[in-house]
Amino acid sequence: MILSLAWKNIWRNKPRSLIVVFAVAVGLFGGLFSSAIFIGMVDQRLSDAIRNEVSNLQIHHPGFLSNREIADTIPGAQNVLRQLRKDPRIKAVSERIKIIAMASTASGGAGVKINGVRPENEMKVTALQMKIADTSGSWFTSGRKNTIVVGQKLAEKLKLKLRSRVILSFQSVNGDIVYGAFRVEGIYKTYNTSFDETNVFVRNDDLAALAGLQSQQFHEILVSLYNDNTTDQVVDSVRNTFPHLETMGWKELMPDLGLMAEYTNAWLYIILVIILLALSFGIINTMMMAVLERTREIGMLRAVGMSGKKVFLMIMSETTFLSLTGTLAGIIITVPVVHYFQLHGLNVLMFAKGFEDIGFAAMIYPRLDADSYAGLIALVMLAALLSSVGPSRRALRLRPVEAIRTL
Amino acid sequence: MEIISLKNLTKTYREDSIEVTAVSDITLSFAEGEFTAIVGPSGSGKTTLLNLIGGLDAPTSGEIVVNGTNLARLSSSQLTDFRLWNVGFVFQAYNLIPVLTARENIEFIMHLQNKPVHERRKRASELLQAVGLADRAKSRPSKLSGGQQQRVAVARALAPRPRFILADEPTANLDSHSAENLLEMMEKLNREENITFIFSTHDPRVMKKARRIITLEDGKVLRDEQMHK
Repeated sequence: MILSLAWKNIWRNKPRSLIVVFAVAVGLFGGLFSSAIFIGMVDQRLSDAIRNEVSNLQIHHPGFLSNREIADTIPGAQNVLRQLRKDPRIKAVSERIKIIAMASTASGGAGVKINGVRPENEMKVTALQMKIADTSGSWFTSGRKNTIVVGQKLAEKLKLKLRSRVILSFQSVNGDIVYGAFRVEGIYKTYNTSFDETNVFVRNDDLAALAGLQSQQFHEILVSLYNDNTTDQVVDSVRNTFPHLETMGWKELMPDLGLMAEYTNAWLYIILVIILLALSFGIINTMMMAVLERTREIGMLRAVGMSGKKVFLMIMSETTFLSLTGTLAGIIITVPVVHYFQLHGLNVLMFAKGFEDIGFAAMIYPRLDADSYAGLIALVMLAALLSSVGPSRRALRLRPVEAIRTL
Repeated sequence: MEIISLKNLTKTYREDSIEVTAVSDITLSFAEGEFTAIVGPSGSGKTTLLNLIGGLDAPTSGEIVVNGTNLARLSSSQLTDFRLWNVGFVFQAYNLIPVLTARENIEFIMHLQNKPVHERRKRASELLQAVGLADRAKSRPSKLSGGQQQRVAVARALAPRPRFILADEPTANLDSHSAENLLEMMEKLNREENITFIFSTHDPRVMKKARRIITLEDGKVLRDEQMHK
């Protein structure tokens, strides 16, 4: 009956309660939707980074990533590849030669990372071939030797077109500066312009010959998994199997992204806590008013034998019901809106350049899990509990004999 | 059988640094089944005396013993429990809970006593019948007249089967017809069910019905008369 009384009490002053419900609903919608956008952006960035840039994990010669020495190839690479292909968690592996070089054209030059790949293996690990538009060439399908796939940003910078010639110069394994001329076969475009500007792809065999490496020598093995969530486990088992090599998961390879992924939920809760904190003041004010208006009635309840505990329960229930009604309204608004944009995407093309400069797509697919809503409800309950302390204390401080006399 | 005993009861208040004596050295006792009116002009200490008897206020000095329990020895929460189980209150301004129906208002105190639902329902129906409002069980206070609201308030006070009912000017806000009806109903309950009523009033109609009239003046008992009817 206390709960039923509490529910009825909040509707005594309908306009006031509805304003609070509306404020809570709109505030939480804002918080949830902005969080959903942020989570969607991080999802896309992670997905792009894993699919196009670093894959789930990479294996190198120890020290290669810090020194970039061309001679630091993976010892026994063929054996490593063979072992990895036996692991049922691994979808595909791709081996790369990686060399820092200078790309030059008649229009200028730029520092680049050359990725010497086996195109057919690379296609199974990264999705770069999908990032080449129909009019922008192909992913090594011409069959010609010494062709190169460059990013659109680099192409713009060096004024490269399909079949343009680009000279790559770098230090070979012998220490000589070597030059190689490559024809542009494809121009890719990811959502990460800095990646597009610095990474070029050539055939492994073409690069090995120029660099003085054997055809079985590689600097990097990329590993793609069936399930992204098993990355840490696979990293551990690869480390155990090949302790002499350096194995790193995407979180270590891109620590900024790892951190972002780690803290997306924390971000959501930080936003919600700030919003709830602001809303709590409104809720406390409303409940203080409600207690003040019902001074005589609360005095009567105390007079007829309602314990302080039950008065507290009543006020706390009113605060909770009021907050939860607003929360449910907020969730009812948020769920279909997030669902709609999750399916159709939220187009922010006007900010595309800015977004892509930092690696994010201009089409965002917001996402929120059921856990986020459950967490929100728990937070609201907590906020309601804390918000009810002040009004309840005020109610409990009333002396029945004085409160009854109040007009 | 004596149920309430007051010994040298005094209550003083400080108002704007002036000490006001509301009740001064009152010694009285009340027996079970009494129908007693406490009368006197405004400021004579009627309401203060009722508040002291009901455990709503603490005396400055003196003793209040109800059924052998000295109220001065009870803690705040024990006093709340004491009121819940022993006292029925009827207030001048009815003080019903506006969002509950007549039946729910009557059941509310029994709910505080954790009485089972079927018992609450049965008792509420009996009381609604007794106060002549069986057909208004589902009405909220705002849909009832002043007289009907005060009847619900009496039924609510009776619901937990208290040892006695304290009514502070119960007819003050009622028209003469409603006041007459309410008094008849209270008298009937007193006569037939031996329920003890102590009420403050300066309404001559109430005084006429009382079997004992205690007259207060300046916080002191001026007269204590048994009316023979």
